[in-house]
Amino acid sequence: MSLETVAPKIAAPTRPLTFSRPAKRLFLLGLLVAGAIIIFMTIDSRGNWDFVIPFRGTKILALALVSYAIAVSTVLFQTVAGNRILSPSIMGFDALYVLIQTTLVFVLGAQATVTLNLQARFVLEVTCMVLFAGILYRWLFGGTRRSLHLLILVGIIFGVLFRSFANMMMRLIDPNEFVILQDMLFASFNSFDRNLLWVSAALIFGGSIVLWRIGHTFDILALGRETAVNLGINFQRTVTIILVVIAIFVSVSTALVGPVTFFGLLVANLAYQLAGTYKHRWILPFAAGLALLFLVSGQMVVERLFSFNTSLSIVVEFLGGIVFIILLIRGAGR
Amino acid sequence: MIEIKDVSKSYDKTVVVDGVSLKIPAGGITSIIGPNGAGKSTLLALISRLLPMNSGQVLVDGLNVTTTPGDALARKLSILRQDNHIGSRLTVHDLVTFGRYPYSKGRPTIEDLKHVRMALQYLNLESMSGRFLDELSGGQRQRAFVAMVLCQDTDYVLLDEPLNNLDMKHAAAMMKLLRRTADELGKTVVLVLHDVNFASCYSDYIVAMKDGKIAYRGNPSEIIRPDIMRGIYDMDIAVQDVDGKRIAIYYA
Repeated sequence: MSLETVAPKIAAPTRPLTFSRPAKRLFLLGLLVAGAIIIFMTIDSRGNWDFVIPFRGTKILALALVSYAIAVSTVLFQTVAGNRILSPSIMGFDALYVLIQTTLVFVLGAQATVTLNLQARFVLEVTCMVLFAGILYRWLFGGTRRSLHLLILVGIIFGVLFRSFANMMMRLIDPNEFVILQDMLFASFNSFDRNLLWVSAALIFGGSIVLWRIGHTFDILALGRETAVNLGINFQRTVTIILVVIAIFVSVSTALVGPVTFFGLLVANLAYQLAGTYKHRWILPFAAGLALLFLVSGQMVVERLFSFNTSLSIVVEFLGGIVFIILLIRGAGR
Repeated sequence: MIEIKDVSKSYDKTVVVDGVSLKIPAGGITSIIGPNGAGKSTLLALISRLLPMNSGQVLVDGLNVTTTPGDALARKLSILRQDNHIGSRLTVHDLVTFGRYPYSKGRPTIEDLKHVRMALQYLNLESMSGRFLDELSGGQRQRAFVAMVLCQDTDYVLLDEPLNNLDMKHAAAMMKLLRRTADELGKTVVLVLHDVNFASCYSDYIVAMKDGKIAYRGNPSEIIRPDIMRGIYDMDIAVQDVDGKRIAIYYA
């Protein structure tokens, strides 16, 4: 017997208008992003369209890939971790990626690493990353929910550990090889590796298809492990899949522009504040849009205002760090 | 029927549930009572596959909870635990709608929303359906969670201390409501209760646990007796008949 047979019919519920508001706001954000991109593409072009369009176009593509990767990986990481002040970078994901890159140069030698086809090397790095991150972070987030303090502590220790290992190996490497390694590591928003763009785009596209297929579980996962299991979600498996995709996304963004610790945190939290909903269907595109808006306009400011004298990541990290501290003080992570 | 066969659970060397075998009949209300640390909540978590068991098995209407796919089980059995903390800012309506997830997979149909409405009405929450959970009192929030679990419309409903945070009035109302869901909707309700008198007044069947084992089982008149109470709680408890209900007096 179901509930239906007993409860009498009642009038339609008075449901608050939560549906159209996020849609409107997302549309508005889309307009802003489009505006920023148009300005970025056309400003100071002096009619050199043959040069400007492909040159700036690839920049936009890279920024879009990075924005999307950072925003989506952070939002989903927070959903899996069950709080809003953790992000893959804070938990040492990108430090792990740097360590893997360094280890590869250390073991294979810079010559071999460089002569190895760039795309193949990248895919190899991502594979290592997925393997290690999968094992490490599944152990941390797959079971019962752990205390936030423990998680932050583990994240900091992981970060320091990976960075120290990477530093140690850099010191052991032959100085000539180190120069080559440094070149690989010092990616930035101004000098990302164009050869990686298409591999990155393909990886991100693949990861997104996987996410799309399990997208309906995100809101449920945010309710916590027990409620999710009660509602029939295979928690271990779903979390593992998400962590693997996060590892891919973090590798892509780190490979393209290097580690950016607080940026994901900044856009994810702003998205929750501004979108006015908890539903991932809105939050994910909103966060990605915000990230792109910040990066494109930030890049313009760096290029035009500071004429490349400062780096975009410094600006972004400065703002993101402040948000992180505010969140910590307000106890938003609970 | 829920069949528990020789189920054990231990953390490191501490055995929390120790070789429990039990049959919980279909229909009616079964209450699990016992002192703190007796393993009541753990047993409930094992039955509902929230925790993996070290040995033994649990069958719900013949479905093994360890091997049955999660979403099939989610249409058969639902569980509500004691502390429900949710990070997202949800309205009552949103929360209750999640109860339909096993059927709707995130895209509630009109049929699903009808269930949501009825669950809200059943718990007397219609006027609060648009309110955010963090704006509610502890008792109202507790009712919202119960509404979600009822909305899941499963034959078996497991509740871990559903009277937590509830005052006398709401506690009694909750027990009456659970009685109604058992009697009118034919659901099997399994509760962990701390207050033996609520167990006595509303249950069909009482299971008493102690030190990870089943100490006693039977209907209220068999369990709520001074000698058995002494065996469970290690204290002298007077029991009196009040209007045909057996009431334990454990305050003095």
